Amino acid sequence: MLFDYLPILIMVVVASFMGGMALIMSAVLHPKNPYKDKLSPWECGVEPIGDANVGHFRIHFFIIAILFIVFDVETLFLFPWAVILSEKSISDFIFVEMIVFIAVLAVGLIYAWVKGALDWV
Amino acid sequence: MFTSLENIADLLRDNPLTNKVKDNLVTKTVVNWGRASSLWPMTFGLACCAIEMICAACSRYDLDRMGIVFRPSPRQSDVIVIAGTMTKKIAPMVKRLYDQMSEPRWVIALGGCASAGGPYNTYSVVQGTDLVIPVDIYIPGCPPRPEALLFGFLQLMEKIKREHPFVLEERGIKVG
Repeated sequence: MLFDYLPILIMVVVASFMGGMALIMSAVLHPKNPYKDKLSPWECGVEPIGDANVGHFRIHFFIIAILFIVFDVETLFLFPWAVILSEKSISDFIFVEMIVFIAVLAVGLIYAWVKGALDWV
Repeated sequence: MFTSLENIADLLRDNPLTNKVKDNLVTKTVVNWGRASSLWPMTFGLACCAIEMICAACSRYDLDRMGIVFRPSPRQSDVIVIAGTMTKKIAPMVKRLYDQMSEPRWVIALGGCASAGGPYNTYSVVQGTDLVIPVDIYIPGCPPRPEALLFGFLQLMEKIKREHPFVLEERGIKVG
């Protein structure tokens, strides 16, 4: 049964090879000449202004990213759960189990909300 | 030796086998053909010539059929089309944008003002783009018709097909 998916493997290998070869061939053939003005950040032709070019970013981006990871993994867990939800024999258990999982993560969300992690600082 | 990815990349670029491949006439022809067939300009419309550049890019004098796709950023473009009067105020920005383009890069000066100041020999106009950046193709006209810009691009493609694609590395030239 696994061999039914062999065309997909071949396609993944060929596509990765083509993409990889394009990057490697251009890395071998491209002219390489970095200098300070070329490496400066592009800001429509003016000198870069503001905090970002000296490295000052708002730390709040990190908190938003962590919250996203947690809830994205939760979403990923919901996908296989949706597939087995239609099992008639243990359907109550399946449903309640996921409610408990989401409730635990909801407690975390409420904590983040109350602590102000969702306000843009 | 292999202390970082940079070193590996440098080793891949600089060994005898690669140099032999780069010396080959077929490789040079193919690389030049590739560079000429997909010239991506950066639009730098300053004045009336910008309208003619827009016309050349639209459907009647289609530039897209030659692989010319206009990009807004210098990082993604091969050629910059200076379309219009280059004043002293915008000259530093032109220089900075040209610096931020990556090699291989070319410049087309579209119109009389970009080529040599045009009819404006005044206190505020730079008398020609080539006083600030090196120009490859000058297209005269006030404004030049879209077919003239098309001809200019074709001339640039001919110029690219005649050049040495790896000359910067062969001769160890460090620009800037």
